[in-house]
Amino acid sequence: MADINITDQTFQKEVVETKGLVVVDFWAAWCGPCRMVSPIIDELATEYAGKVKIGKVNVDENSQVVNQYSVMSLPSVVFFKDGQPFKTMVGAQAKESYKQEIEQLISG
Amino acid sequence: MIYDVIIIGSGPSGLTAAIYTTRANLKTLVIGGTKWGGQLQLTSDIENFPGFPEGIQGPELMNRIRKQAERFGAEIVESDFTLGDFSTRPFKITAGGKEYVGKSMIIATGANAKWLGVKGEQEKIGHGVSVCAPCDGFFFKNKNIIVAGGGDSAMEEAMVLTGFASQVTIVHRREELRASEIMQKKVRENPKIKLMLNTEIVEILGEAKVTGVKIKDNQTGKISEMPIDGIFVAIGHTPNSKIFKGIEVDNEGYIKVFEHSKTNVSGVFVAGDVHDKHYQQAITAAGFGAQAALETELWLESLE
Repeated sequence: MADINITDQTFQKEVVETKGLVVVDFWAAWCGPCRMVSPIIDELATEYAGKVKIGKVNVDENSQVVNQYSVMSLPSVVFFKDGQPFKTMVGAQAKESYKQEIEQLISG
Repeated sequence: MIYDVIIIGSGPSGLTAAIYTTRANLKTLVIGGTKWGGQLQLTSDIENFPGFPEGIQGPELMNRIRKQAERFGAEIVESDFTLGDFSTRPFKITAGGKEYVGKSMIIATGANAKWLGVKGEQEKIGHGVSVCAPCDGFFFKNKNIIVAGGGDSAMEEAMVLTGFASQVTIVHRREELRASEIMQKKVRENPKIKLMLNTEIVEILGEAKVTGVKIKDNQTGKISEMPIDGIFVAIGHTPNSKIFKGIEVDNEGYIKVFEHSKTNVSGVFVAGDVHDKHYQQAITAAGFGAQAALETELWLESLE
């Protein structure tokens, strides 16, 4: 599986300058619910490989991005379209909910 | 296939029940929910669970209990219970679009945190409004925040948050805190915590994120604005009992218990926070799980 970690340094290129849909999971090692979401994100990254870019931002190590997008709750999964954030799903959700959102966005 | 027991819920009570039923050789299915593990997944240090003298992280404790249940053969599906027919036996339930059949049931769906229900709250969840201090405290470093509530869990949230925030104000609508003496003492002695009693939040202000609250002085009725960066809600829980048709609940929604762990329906048992409004501890939930499992085993034997 490709490395899907996004950092303060790579965020501009990986997310902001990327056309189409990018899904970013903001997480931290100390956040319990993040541990439920993390494997789901890995699976989705594999399932949508080549179609949707799916990545993760560790909030402990990347405060710049966290401040810029006012992330204040973990886990937060943010959907970017053409580099612009337009939807945030807060708290651990079912895999199906993330999938539904992605499907809706790639078809619409 | 017909399971001997279907357990709905995967917190400490549900999974402890599963350890007991599987060890009793009962074919066990756990409907774990898409957010398995229950409320402990939203906690940090658990200091009062026996066997962990140094404390243990809530999610880690749940992982261990789950492994223990799986070791003895519990099947756990991570989908949500949607529908159940408890009028005829064996019981048929639906979860994640699939139907499962069980000779007996243990309901262990726990409880969820209550929100304030005031204007401006729902749309700012994740943007300054939270029910999980260990998850979100990090984002309030050197900020001013409110904890709403007057019980032990509110005091605990406030203590956790002093590790991040510059000031924590506990807003409680009554004159007296409900919290235990020891927690009240801790809070009153903490220089970072301020108490505002007889006060309640009536509106949460801010556009993209929380910038303040409107609070009401319950003695004078006067409403004033207060700038704040975040609000942590700790005003108690609602039992997850609404989804079970035909199962009797009390006036607060807690499932009624008849004789040990029995519900009003023969063959349906209950464990944990969905029926327990008094203790609501990880260890008591686990204890209720064991109790319900033993009762289920007896009941199944009585059928033969």
